Amino acid sequence: MSSVDANAAFPAPAKRSAHRGNLMRQQRFWGWVFLSPWIIGFILFTAVPIVVSFIFTFTNFSLNSSATLRFVGLDNWLKLFRDPVTLQALSVTLRFAVIAVPFNILVPLGMAALLNSKYLWGKRLWRPLYYLPYMVPAVSSIFIWQSFLNGQTGWLNRILRLIGVQSPPNWLQDEGWILVAFVLIGVWGVGNAMLTMLATMQGVPTELYEAAEVDGAGAWMKFSRITLPMISPVIFYNLVLTVIGLMQYFVVPYVITRGTGNPNNSAYFYNMHLYKTAFTFFDMGYGATLAWFVFLIAIVLTIILFVTSRSWVYYASGDTI
Amino acid sequence: MNAAFPAKNENTSPYYSVQLRRFTVKAMMTMVAITFALLYLMPFGNMALIAVKSQQQLVGSTDSPILPLSAVRFEYEGKLYDVFKVPAEDGSIREWALINKGRQSSEFIDPENVAAGLIPWEGSWRTLEPVQELEFHFENFGIAWEKLNFPLLFRNTLVIAVTGMIGTLLSSICVAYAFARFPIPGKNTLFLVLIGTIILPSQVTLIPTYAFFASIGWTGTWLPLIVPHFFANAYNVFLLRQFFLTLPRELDEAAMIDGAGPFRILLSVIIPQSWPAIISVGLFHFIFAWNDYFGPLLYLLGKPDLQPISVGVQVFNFQYGPNPELIQATSLMAMVLPLLIFVAAQKIFMRGVVITGVDK
Repeated sequence: MSSVDANAAFPAPAKRSAHRGNLMRQQRFWGWVFLSPWIIGFILFTAVPIVVSFIFTFTNFSLNSSATLRFVGLDNWLKLFRDPVTLQALSVTLRFAVIAVPFNILVPLGMAALLNSKYLWGKRLWRPLYYLPYMVPAVSSIFIWQSFLNGQTGWLNRILRLIGVQSPPNWLQDEGWILVAFVLIGVWGVGNAMLTMLATMQGVPTELYEAAEVDGAGAWMKFSRITLPMISPVIFYNLVLTVIGLMQYFVVPYVITRGTGNPNNSAYFYNMHLYKTAFTFFDMGYGATLAWFVFLIAIVLTIILFVTSRSWVYYASGDTI
Repeated sequence: MNAAFPAKNENTSPYYSVQLRRFTVKAMMTMVAITFALLYLMPFGNMALIAVKSQQQLVGSTDSPILPLSAVRFEYEGKLYDVFKVPAEDGSIREWALINKGRQSSEFIDPENVAAGLIPWEGSWRTLEPVQELEFHFENFGIAWEKLNFPLLFRNTLVIAVTGMIGTLLSSICVAYAFARFPIPGKNTLFLVLIGTIILPSQVTLIPTYAFFASIGWTGTWLPLIVPHFFANAYNVFLLRQFFLTLPRELDEAAMIDGAGPFRILLSVIIPQSWPAIISVGLFHFIFAWNDYFGPLLYLLGKPDLQPISVGVQVFNFQYGPNPELIQATSLMAMVLPLLIFVAAQKIFMRGVVITGVDK
C-alpha cells in the first residue's frame, strides 16, 4: 500500500519556534477530533466485540436461556472438533471455495482482457453492460438464477438440451451439482474485480508492449509476460477479498435452500450453521466459537496468501506492502 | 499503380491485407464480446419472460413454450372455442374454431365467415396444431405490488438507506480529512488498521454486537442498521482520503491565514472541491443498504412492518413458491432503482470502484 505515507507531507519543521509548536499541538488535537468517529466505532463495533466474542467461546452464553452464565472451559472448542454437523458444514464451505476461487479470478480476468483489447468495437457499451449484473440486489439475482437454473423450464437446460445434452442436471436439486450452480450464480458478482483489473491493465505503459512487439512477441506472450505480472497486485488484492468473502458465504445458499442446506446437507454452509446455532437455537457460546474458528482460518489463509504472494506478485515501485 | 482508379485486385497488397486482417480480428473480438454478453445476461431474459406469464402459460415441462403464448379462442353463440390450423380441401391451411369434436370427423367454423355455418372436416382433430398468440400478463406487477405492500417496503428501505448514507458521509468525510491533513502520531499504523478491517470476517464481531443491541433494546428496530454507519467505514474513508490528497494544500493554507479554523476549511474548501468522491460514497452506501440482506434478516426478524425490500421480497417469495411469475416480477421490481441509479451515474460509480480497488 504505497499511498500510506501521507506523513511525508508534514516534514519536520526546521525551526521550532514556540508559535510553530503551538500550532502543531493544535493541529494534532483537531486531527484526533476528526478521527474520533472511527476510533470510537472501531473500539465499539470491532475491537471490543472481537475480544468479547473470544471470551464467549469459553461460556454457555445465550440470550434466550434461563440458565445462569458460567464458564465452561474448553467445552465449546472440543465440541467443535467432534460435532459432525460442523465438520460437514466446514467441508462444504471449503470444497465450494476450491471450485469458486479460480472461477472468481479467471472470469473477471478474461472479461477485463477482452475489454482491454485494442481490437474491440463498442468498448463504452460493453463495460457497463458487463458490470450491470453486479448492481442487481442479491435477493433478486438469486431468484432470477433459481428460475434460470430450473431443471425443466430454465433456459440453461433448454440450451443444453438443444445442443444435445440428453439429461442435463437438475442444478439446484442435485447434490452433485448444487455447488457448481452456486459458482455460476457467483459470476454475476465479479463486476468489481473486472473493473479493477481492467483499470490496472489500462495503466500498463504501452512502451512495454511496443518493446515486446519489436522483439516479436505474440498476443499470448504479451499477455502472460507483461499484462499478468503488471496487474498481479490487483489480482492478489481480489484473491484476498474473494477468499475472505467465501469464508462469509451465506445469502445464496440460505435463500436457495430456504435455510435447510438440502439436498442432503450438500449446501449446508458453515455460516448457515453459525446462524442457526446462534440465532435459532440461541447457543451463542458455541456460535462465538464457530465464528472465532472461521476467523482463525481466515487469518491462516491470509497469511498463506501473503507469504506465497512474494513469489508471484510483482510490485513495480519496489515496495511490497 | 493508377492512383485515380485503384483496381480491385490491388487488395492483395500488404496495406490492404493488414487492414483486412485487423478488420477480421476486430469482428471476431466483437463477436466474442457479443456472445459473452448474451450468455452473461441471459438470466434476465428468462426472468422477464416468466414475469409476464400467467399461471396457465407456466407449464412445468421441458418442451413448454418460452414465450408467453396462449391458445387463440373464438366466441360462437356465447361459448369459447379453441382455434386450430386446419388443412382445408383446397390444400391451404385455415384457422378455424373447433365446435363439435369427433373421433373421425369434427365440425369447425370459420371465424372470418361465420355465416357459412359449420364446416365438417374428416380426420382426428387431435392431430391438429392449435393456433397460439402472444399474451403478456403485465398485471403480475400490479398483483405483486399489492401483495408485497411495495410502498411500505420502499419507504422502509429509503429511510434505512438515506439515514445510513448521511451517517457514513458525515463520519467518513471527517475521518478522511483527519487522515489526509492532520499530523496525528501513529497515523500510518492507524490507517493500516482501518484498511485491515476490510478483510476482517464479519462473523467474529457478530454475536457480541447482536447481544449488545439486544441488551439496549435495539433489536426489532432500524437502529442497528443505521447507527453503526455513523462511525465511518474503511472503503469510504479510503476513497475520500485519496481524493482529498489530490487537492492542493495552498487553498487550505490561504484559508488558514485568513483565520479559518479546521471545520471552516473542511466546509468551505475541502467539501466544495470533492463532490465527485462524496457522491460516489453516497451512492455506494445507498446501493449497499438497498441490497443488504443479512443485517435486516437478523435485526428485523418478526417485524414485517419494518422490513426493507430485500427481506420483504425473500419472505414474500417463500410464501408464494408456486407462483414463479410473481417471484420474477418482484425480483424485477426490487432491482429497478439500483439499476437506474447505475445507468444514470455509471461513470462516477465505476471510477469510485477503481479508486478503492486499484490504489491500495
